[in-house]
Amino acid sequence: MPDNVENISINFKVNGKPYSRSVEPRKLLVELLREDLDLTGTHVGCDTSYCGACTVLMNGAAVKSCTMFALQADGADILTVEGLERNGELHPIQKAFGDCYGLQCGYCTPGLMLAALQLLSQNKKPNEKEMRKAIAGNTCRCTGYQNILKAIQVAGQNMKGA
Amino acid sequence: MLAELGDDAKLLAGGQSLIPLMKLRFANPSHLVDLNFVSGTSYINEDNGTLRFGALTRHAEIESSAVAGKIPILHDCAAGIADVQVRNRGTIGGSLAEADPSGDWATVLFTLAVDVRCIGTNGKRTVSVSDFIKDAYTTDLAQGELVSEVAVKIPPKGSGGAYLAFKRSAPVYPTASAAVQLTMSGDVCQDAAIALGCVGLIPIRVKDAESVMRGQPLSEKTIASAMEAARNAADPQSDMRGSAEYKRTLVGALVKRAIDIAVRRARGEQVEATHIYA
Repeated sequence: MPDNVENISINFKVNGKPYSRSVEPRKLLVELLREDLDLTGTHVGCDTSYCGACTVLMNGAAVKSCTMFALQADGADILTVEGLERNGELHPIQKAFGDCYGLQCGYCTPGLMLAALQLLSQNKKPNEKEMRKAIAGNTCRCTGYQNILKAIQVAGQNMKGA
Repeated sequence: MLAELGDDAKLLAGGQSLIPLMKLRFANPSHLVDLNFVSGTSYINEDNGTLRFGALTRHAEIESSAVAGKIPILHDCAAGIADVQVRNRGTIGGSLAEADPSGDWATVLFTLAVDVRCIGTNGKRTVSVSDFIKDAYTTDLAQGELVSEVAVKIPPKGSGGAYLAFKRSAPVYPTASAAVQLTMSGDVCQDAAIALGCVGLIPIRVKDAESVMRGQPLSEKTIASAMEAARNAADPQSDMRGSAEYKRTLVGALVKRAIDIAVRRARGEQVEATHIYA
């Protein structure tokens, strides 16, 4: 790597809040979120782009924040798990994961909820095949996925009025 | 800019292969040139019987595009790459330029008439996709040159195709894959193109299977000969995804299933082709 790499200034929004930061070009988006902004709800699981624990929404699209450079988020609108709750009220997807026991250890949960949210933003009544496809990039080693599928379905029903 | 930075610079498209490779230190470029902020590089146009894809068109955009849906095998490919997150970032041009032996796009595009348009310090040029992919991770791109567009000729009426991959899970590369594009006239196969993925350093066209099928009704016997030709043409390596023998058997079965879907689509049926997960 070249010796003196200059930081690059970027402007972006996370959970609706605007930020300006000067970042090292090699810094990953997940590192920016966790280390610079203290938003540690976005997890690093495999760090090889397989497990999906680092999934966030960028301009509404699910992305693996460990497989993007932070500076690529310049101008972007990022949603992390911390941005789901509104005024102390859990988001329907958070509520549904709890109510349906869609988690055990919880490590994969933030990524799963955001991957599910991309699906539900386009289709509030997904069938099982559509749900499985939407979360195929998210690995859960506890639940066996059945309750996660239930949770996504219930969240879709409850998001209708919202 | 690439000419200025020299050999040590790499282009960053979707980053879904390059960034993991950099983490593993398999790629160690001194400079990355991010193409994502170059405007006008992501588009899908239909123009005079050809579909034109901007190099930075994401897999997800192709998956949801009605225009791209005119060539169903392209939809099979785009919709089956890894997972939603990767498809939201990964690009068709990046995938071709990476030339990973396990990549999906090159295998599919080997069965169609495809021009890869390149642009560089010495101007523009067009290369057919089969001349573009040279070897594992090696393309025809010169230093300071990049892919600008992938142009795919829409197959004639009566043509149908399908792409099937066998995968252990969504985010991993396939164990093996098969792309089949057939042109039918009634029950007779007028033309056939068959390519295998992940079982060689580059996609393998199964010329012997194509010649067995051309001009013939696709009887069980003809299809069995095509499967046999595919097994023989494959040049797989034994690895954690399976033994070479296993992969040979697998490509035969994938070719058979892909032929079945391709024939039905050639008749105008709407058939969904889904990758097979172990």
